[in-house]
Amino acid sequence: MSNPVLTISNLTKRFGGVTAVSDINLEVMPKETIAIIGPNGAGKTTFYNMVSGRMRPTEGKIILDGMDITGLPPHKISRLGVSRSFQINNIFPEMTVQENVEVVLSAYHGHSRKLFNIASRNAAIQQEAVEFLKRLGIDSLKAQRAEVISYGDKRLLEIAMVLATQPKLVLLDEPTAGMTPDETRRTTRLIKKLADSGDYTFMITEHDMDVVFNLADRILVMHRGEKLFAGTPEEVKNHPEVRVAYLGEEEDESVEEAKT
Amino acid sequence: MKTKVLMAILAVVIAGLIAVPWIASYFYVFIFTEILILGLFAASFNLIFGYTGMLSFGHAAFFGIGSYATALVLIHLEWPFLACLLVSMGASALLALVIGFLSVRLNEVYFAMLTLAFGMMVFAIAYQWRSVTNGSDGLAGFTLGSFGLGLDLTLANPSVYYHVVLAIVAIASVVLYVICRSSFGMILKAIRQNPERVSFAGLNVRTYRLVAFVIAGTFAGLAGGLIAPFLRVASPELLHWSMSAEPILMAILGGTGFFLGPFIGSAAFVLLETWITTYTESWMLVLGIILAMMVIFFRKGLLGTAIDWWMEVKK
Repeated sequence: MSNPVLTISNLTKRFGGVTAVSDINLEVMPKETIAIIGPNGAGKTTFYNMVSGRMRPTEGKIILDGMDITGLPPHKISRLGVSRSFQINNIFPEMTVQENVEVVLSAYHGHSRKLFNIASRNAAIQQEAVEFLKRLGIDSLKAQRAEVISYGDKRLLEIAMVLATQPKLVLLDEPTAGMTPDETRRTTRLIKKLADSGDYTFMITEHDMDVVFNLADRILVMHRGEKLFAGTPEEVKNHPEVRVAYLGEEEDESVEEAKT
Repeated sequence: MKTKVLMAILAVVIAGLIAVPWIASYFYVFIFTEILILGLFAASFNLIFGYTGMLSFGHAAFFGIGSYATALVLIHLEWPFLACLLVSMGASALLALVIGFLSVRLNEVYFAMLTLAFGMMVFAIAYQWRSVTNGSDGLAGFTLGSFGLGLDLTLANPSVYYHVVLAIVAIASVVLYVICRSSFGMILKAIRQNPERVSFAGLNVRTYRLVAFVIAGTFAGLAGGLIAPFLRVASPELLHWSMSAEPILMAILGGTGFFLGPFIGSAAFVLLETWITTYTESWMLVLGIILAMMVIFFRKGLLGTAIDWWMEVKK
């Protein structure tokens, strides 16, 4: 049995009197895909913000591959192997699609400290950038300015940027939010393919239950900052409390969405 | 094709600049010396403003310290000019490291205010430390000796000095340009567009902002070292906060999105000032109107607008 990539113990975040995340414990094993679900305000994004270093936990520990990363700044956590996407598009709008990935690759390979090279002539980085774009199926857009490509393509570009740092753990925050049904299907297929390749360990938050049940090996259900239940998709589907607290309403919604 | 035309235009401009002393009066030799020096000052500023997205209101501190450093070395040590310039760059780099270290941790308006505050402090020191800086009168009465490197140049001759300035500004611009186009430069542009994404790519944004700030300060110091012998004085005005506004105006006037924008801005600024002040004393009013028009209608600046227009025509 291999060691967990990520071990989270007693993770808690309080904002003044409000407890956004309360006493979460979680182990993420290598190469698995774990989904975190819960209604709005359940604390998923706060949870992500702590794991990626955007927020400092009030209590608890985050151990990545045996190393304590609790409360480290984002750039250090990224260096140690946690890479995340955001709910909103978080790209470099005035650069080309390919340059967006090149920025991340330059950072990852330490080229960012080179003052006297000509970045646009770095063939190795360019080739690698195109590789990542191919993996997400958006290499045909490489010369476009990132701000003009479609919303769905921007989200895929973001995933390409997240993968470019060869992370031990990939955090995707609602990767299909705001996508059309077509884009959602395409993105789900892509993530599924990446997860099946065995190269990545994914942690995903998502509202779309079809996407969650399609991708996740295990699911953590959060409710009002607390862990409601954790288990396989099957167990979650059949858990009475989860159905009442969350799935019931959501399922109705997703049925309606599917109809439209 | 497009690059070839641009290269050709650039070659003609450079040839024209080299020929200035032979085809124009002394008056314009002085004007173009000033354009080149202020252009380098503005280009150094644009590394942090246009590229990295940091609006500093204290860039004159480095320009001024550079001019004082050269003046002091000429008065007390009488070193060759090239050595004076190196001292200017070193002094401004050191000052930029200190001011930058304390400022780059803050963003936007707080960064702007802090750089303004430090700029005013440096001004106050230069104004009041009479034994070293000669207070409000500034340091004057120094003479340029040799250039250095065994070159026999009569720096007192305005045409010769112009050519020296042209050569140094050209070399400095090439170095700055390479930095802008390097991987480091790409990260600076990324920081302007989305600093948080850069830190999530594993880079310490603060460090990159500081390095950019020090590089910009160093080149501003070089420009300051060139201006002191040109004006024959290093005075507190060069450190004054209103002097910090000039590179901002020049960069916006020329276009912050292009490397040569600040040079175009400097040329427009100095030439307009020269021409307009012969007709009216309200040069600032005219400048204000022009700037307002630029910001409202031509946000890409003179160079950016010209390039856009040219691209349209080509289609």
